[in-house]
Amino acid sequence: MDAVSRRQEFLNGMRDESPILLGVVPFGMIFGALALGSGLSTAAAQAMSSVVFAGSAQFIAAQLLGADASGIVILMVVFVVNLRHALYSASVAPHMRSLRPGWKLMLAYLLTDEAYAVTITHYARRGDPRARHWYFFGAGLTLWTSWQLSTAAGIFIGAQIPRDWPLGFVLPITFIALVVPALKDGAGVAAAAIAGALGLAAVGLPYKTGILVAALVGILVGMLVEGRKR
Amino acid sequence: MNPWLTIALAGLLTYGIRLSFILLLERVAMPVWFQRALRFVPAAVLSAIIVPGLFDRAGTMDFSARNPQIWAGVLAIAVAWRTRNVLATIAAGIAALLVLQFLLG
Repeated sequence: MDAVSRRQEFLNGMRDESPILLGVVPFGMIFGALALGSGLSTAAAQAMSSVVFAGSAQFIAAQLLGADASGIVILMVVFVVNLRHALYSASVAPHMRSLRPGWKLMLAYLLTDEAYAVTITHYARRGDPRARHWYFFGAGLTLWTSWQLSTAAGIFIGAQIPRDWPLGFVLPITFIALVVPALKDGAGVAAAAIAGALGLAAVGLPYKTGILVAALVGILVGMLVEGRKR
Repeated sequence: MNPWLTIALAGLLTYGIRLSFILLLERVAMPVWFQRALRFVPAAVLSAIIVPGLFDRAGTMDFSARNPQIWAGVLAIAVAWRTRNVLATIAAGIAALLVLQFLLG
């Protein structure tokens, strides 16, 4: 493996992660502003973005901290909200077997929804198997940096977002762009369709548990459809 | 609990979840059914985020036909299916949303 392919993978990861930033940066700013509004200090608000580094969980945790909820309750909520990351962990694990421990420890820290979506799409498609952890690193670091900076912007200058900006739209649209082209067969389409429909039906479940339940059922349906064909 | 301790533990907890299977699958051989399941993880979990996201307008669910995000999302799915191009899909989705927002008020 030469340095050129490592560098190229790193840059490709950065490039492919960048469209998502249109959706991530406004949320980082809103988080910074909201965390201050719920009574966190500037240092605690920024620390949450770097220590927890998980958008939805941070919003809920900041609000609960501001409402003086008990620490145990906050930790339980964070655990449940972030449990879907276990699926991401399992999904990237086979690709990371041969990495050195330091790489595993670092990439696990960068394993967010947004970095996972871009990286797993790349892994499934192509990529130099010996260098593509650099792709993950490039994507993850891009997201991390913009999350830290946008949190700081929200803390110090407030959430400056145009009134008509379709705030929640960029993330789903980017995920569509990643998921749909990767659907190769009926089993994959069935998994996506069922998980999508259930995700909508279960949207009322607390703490984002609907996502996890819908995903697990979707995976099961995909396996059943695939099994029938054999 | 001190807020700093809460933040530190929340971070550890999150990190532990993210690291879990990466470390576990180092030591334990994956059963075949588990390997088969993993293939469906990206499509399933991301779809479960996408669909509710299309109906979600600034934090409230809008199921009416006047929600421009639904139609822009459908168009984006079609463009993604046809072109298999990430940037074309995002551009088409956002352009469609802006036009529809204008038309549907």
